[in-house]
Amino acid sequence: MLQHYGPQLINLLASVMLLLAFAMISQRRIISLINLFAAQGFTLFLSTALVAWLTGQNHLYGSALLTLALKVIALPWILHRLIRRLNVKWDVETLINIPTTMLIGIVLVILAFNVALPISLLAGTLTKATLGIALACVLLSFLMMITRSKAVPQVIGFLSMENGLFFAATGAVYGMPMVIEFGIALDVLVGMLILGIFFFRIRERFDSLDTRHLEKLKEH
Amino acid sequence: MPAEMLLLLASPLAGGLALALMGHRRLAAEVNAAFSAFTFAAAAALVTRVVADGPFEALQRQFFVDSLNVFLVALTAFVAMTTALFSTPYMRVEREHGRVTDGGMRLYHSMYQMFTFTMLLVLTTNNLGIMWVAMEAATLTTVLLVALYRTHASLEAAWKYFILCGVGIAQALFGTILVYFAAEKILGAGTGALLWTELDTVKGQLEPAVMSIAFVFLLVGYGTKVGLVPLHNWLPDAHAEGPTPVSAVLSGLLLNVALYALIRFKVITDGALERPFASGLMMGFGLLSVAVAALFLSRQRDIKRMFAYSSIEHMGLITFAFGLGGPVASFAGLLHMTMHSLTKSAIFFAVGHATQKAGTQIMADIRGLIRLSPTVGWGLTLGTVAILGLPPFGVFASEFLILTQAIARAPWAAPILLVSLGISFAAIFGKVQPMVFGEPQLPGLRHVSRLPHRPALLPVFAHLLLVLMFGLYMPPYLAGWYRQAALLIG
Repeated sequence: MLQHYGPQLINLLASVMLLLAFAMISQRRIISLINLFAAQGFTLFLSTALVAWLTGQNHLYGSALLTLALKVIALPWILHRLIRRLNVKWDVETLINIPTTMLIGIVLVILAFNVALPISLLAGTLTKATLGIALACVLLSFLMMITRSKAVPQVIGFLSMENGLFFAATGAVYGMPMVIEFGIALDVLVGMLILGIFFFRIRERFDSLDTRHLEKLKEH
Repeated sequence: MPAEMLLLLASPLAGGLALALMGHRRLAAEVNAAFSAFTFAAAAALVTRVVADGPFEALQRQFFVDSLNVFLVALTAFVAMTTALFSTPYMRVEREHGRVTDGGMRLYHSMYQMFTFTMLLVLTTNNLGIMWVAMEAATLTTVLLVALYRTHASLEAAWKYFILCGVGIAQALFGTILVYFAAEKILGAGTGALLWTELDTVKGQLEPAVMSIAFVFLLVGYGTKVGLVPLHNWLPDAHAEGPTPVSAVLSGLLLNVALYALIRFKVITDGALERPFASGLMMGFGLLSVAVAALFLSRQRDIKRMFAYSSIEHMGLITFAFGLGGPVASFAGLLHMTMHSLTKSAIFFAVGHATQKAGTQIMADIRGLIRLSPTVGWGLTLGTVAILGLPPFGVFASEFLILTQAIARAPWAAPILLVSLGISFAAIFGKVQPMVFGEPQLPGLRHVSRLPHRPALLPVFAHLLLVLMFGLYMPPYLAGWYRQAALLIG
């Protein structure tokens, strides 16, 4: 039964990923942004586990568990703690208004599908349709990093970009070898810890986490 | 795994841990230098082994050494060692001036070793996935170093560095996934499909469409770290605001290592594609970097920023040379990589001492170095003369080779290169000359202080002597070595 609907289910999860990426672009509240990020991580976990089950690629279970531990539990927890400690509850300001951002987002999705098309045609995996969506997620996270002026949303954009990349790896090649996935996860985690330290330094220096304070260094 | 290889990687890793535990004790700086010296000894032993026995793979082919990466390993370990020697008195002075805290010193020494470790890992790993992981780790280890002074500007520079390089490196990961995708079809799933040596043997069968898209992502990704225009924005800030030893290793080593990653992918992409796609892109980006950096040079007021732009220019020139390809241009590219690395780190050492004496990085406020401190003044002058490509220094030889190759094989590019080099010559020389030989001004003089620790000038002149040697006489075995490495690049 599930075997039969498997590919459709994966496509469904892929659309959920994309939907969540758009939701993150349009979300103003920082707490909701973190929750959306966790939800995206959970979708990634589900789709990775499903691909693992459908294809019998056992190492993908490991990758799924890694996603669950890191992207759904650890990172959102760290982020929630951070903003509680830093006492930031403001609504996120965007540099470009949200409807415009959404429109740019749609253009990016079309672009991503066009770039991914020749590769998808070559893919033999049953998840090949998801590659375009994965690239779209990467580009949308990129857009989010550009349009947000606060440090925390920029970091969430960075992390969600990593989600898109993992999704691409599952979609195109049934995941990277396990060693690499561990390495990437380690980098992300260490990066997050360093950023934690960094947030406190930025705040101690500027009394705010607005990265628009960080625009003094320009060419004269 | 051969003992030299193991020691090469274990020494900086152990150093990082030991210095983290040791904290800011009095001898931390000497211990740092000792670990770096040990790493260099291991690198030298590795070189002897490769020269004697030829290239080899180790640890189930996860590591490999050939004539291309062994020369970069030696260079990296050497500059890391001399920079550690330079930083010993330099960082003590910074500590006594109150710019760094005790915790900062611990962080600095520990991360310095970890940074060396990540670079050596990028250079020696055979696994393109591990290469990515180590490259990202290299960013992470240096982010906090750039922000070491905790000033407004340094925090901003570190933030920019982290975000831009993070985004860039994410593109490189996508590119790596695509390469794995192409390789998996021929080599089967698993780690084998990510091993460079494996990919190299089957590169003719890789899907050209996938490889060309992959290379674009990889060029954007690793190109951000090389500092290629228009992805170079983080570079001048990170160089100007971080401590000078960090600027020296960023410029002298990290940029090289990122370019090395790019070269490895270029070899595979060239093999997969019949047309010179990767070469064309590298030539274009390289040329753009040279031209844009030359234009920005004359507008700089901060000395470290100016030399950071000069690094962008030289990395552009090297990227162009590798893009041009062929035995001579690749040879020139490798030679220029070495020359730039040695010269630029020597310049940063001299600049570090000069700014510490003058108490400012603004060039207009530094005057008459030759009278205030003849050795620092001469170090800066000779370094500048060398980097500008005047004979008899080695930079002249490599730039001359690149230019003649450009004239012969890409005549359209030659005028752009010549004009850019001319502009940067005028800009840099025009600014450094009064700093060294100008009349000491009153405000400048007032700040000049006797430093509590004797500056380490040995690294400056050791580097410059090496560069001079390469310009006057290149030992035949070294030339043969470069030639061999150039053949690998094609």
